[in-house]
Amino acid sequence: MLLIDCPWCGERAETEFSYGGEAGITRPKDPAALSDAEWADYLFMRNNPKGAHRELWNHSQGCRRWFGIERDTLTYRIAGTFRLHGKDEG
Amino acid sequence: MKYSALSLLRNALSHNRNWPEAWRSPKPKKKYDALVIGGGGHGLATAYYLARDHGMKDVAVLEKGWIGGGNTGRNTTIVRSNYLWTEAALLYEKSMQLWEGLSQDLNYNVMFSQRGVYNLGHTLQDMRDIERRVSANRLNGIDAEVVTAVQLKKNIPQLNTSPTSRYPILGASLQRRAGVARHDAVAWGFARAADRLGVDIIQQCEVTGIRRDGDGIIGVDTTRGAIDADRVGVVVAGHASVLASMAGIRLPIQSHPLQAFVSEPLKPVLDTVVMSNAVHGYISQSDKGELVIGAGIDAYNGYAQRGSFPTIEHAMQAIIELFPIFSRVRMLRMWGGIVDVAPDACPIISKTPVNGLYFNCGWGTGGFKATPGSGWVFAHTIANDEPHELNRAFDLQRFESGALIDEHGAAAVAH
Repeated sequence: MLLIDCPWCGERAETEFSYGGEAGITRPKDPAALSDAEWADYLFMRNNPKGAHRELWNHSQGCRRWFGIERDTLTYRIAGTFRLHGKDEG
Repeated sequence: MKYSALSLLRNALSHNRNWPEAWRSPKPKKKYDALVIGGGGHGLATAYYLARDHGMKDVAVLEKGWIGGGNTGRNTTIVRSNYLWTEAALLYEKSMQLWEGLSQDLNYNVMFSQRGVYNLGHTLQDMRDIERRVSANRLNGIDAEVVTAVQLKKNIPQLNTSPTSRYPILGASLQRRAGVARHDAVAWGFARAADRLGVDIIQQCEVTGIRRDGDGIIGVDTTRGAIDADRVGVVVAGHASVLASMAGIRLPIQSHPLQAFVSEPLKPVLDTVVMSNAVHGYISQSDKGELVIGAGIDAYNGYAQRGSFPTIEHAMQAIIELFPIFSRVRMLRMWGGIVDVAPDACPIISKTPVNGLYFNCGWGTGGFKATPGSGWVFAHTIANDEPHELNRAFDLQRFESGALIDEHGAAAVAH
């Protein structure tokens, strides 16, 4: 069970949260200008690293806000949470 | 040595002390025609069919741990082919046909037991989907039938078919040719059969790098030295993205923990396999008497071979909803494996942008049933540098063309 430190609500159990996948993926400003390969990369390709992973979470049964977590995908240890702004905003 | 009644008798007379090892443990050579990375069922099957059907005998299987110690030994052993879409149905049905002759092919008893698989429907929409999938299966030549709640109660008396339960059971689909197989025996049988054809099975040999020369493959670096190869097939399930990043390519794969558990052994109580998509649980009984129960994946990415407790609790709720009789059965062991999930819940069995490098991944939560078929088409792909008709649609290009094969929820359950 992960104990997740929501930037707004504090530490809560994993079951209060929804996972949103890799952080830092921004929708291209002009999709029509992309090749099929570039569009596929945006839509489907993921780093899926074994180790440090910056990812999106939503406190869906709490404040319902999105935020980021840096978590190790092998040890599941959470290095920290961060608020989203600018290009990280999902 | 060929296994037979005679060899059993002869070895019984010598108190079973003289059985030869089932496969060799050779030192890796400097170079092979082809390497298969990953000594699970799929990788061993690939090596076996490369040697048997394509005449490629200078082949090595590289396994970082021990063969069959990954997802091959961690699944719930269910085998079925009742997939909705034609591309998927034909691929899994090829696998089913190979299962039906596998023990004879390999001269190894994989204990394939065609005890049937029921996929339950709990709502009117579930039943419409089941009707549609059963019809699609039959059009593709795959056995399938719709079963009513009354017939279900007759066939599986322990099942709670009460109309007042939280998720009432209205009926099910049934594939009678589906069933279970002994997962360890599948890995061991393929390993022994491949070894007899000259394949080197190299355990405790972890690949640490993939060497390429421009657009072509040269070989791999391993914990037991560099090995050159003209062709490299990667079949590493949850670690597909890790190997892909070594080769400098990107995959649409996410790795998740998937859990299963077994109960204490019971007297025979369940002679078939029952799966439910809606409440998300699946259950069968092993020959030892343990109830084998599968859970869903944890939502987050993970590489640790364990999952979260809420996921176990969710699966148990589903099983007790279906079978109140099991409410006081104690669970004996639980474990997790790392599954490689593709966006459309279908595998990628494909050439890559690197010449001579092939990937077989994305089987997600349902790879065990495909073990022989996966190896069979992947061997064809590696040997001919061209996909077989059965896996042409499962290439990496489909994420660019948009021709996904959406089996998420369309198949019987998430695996």
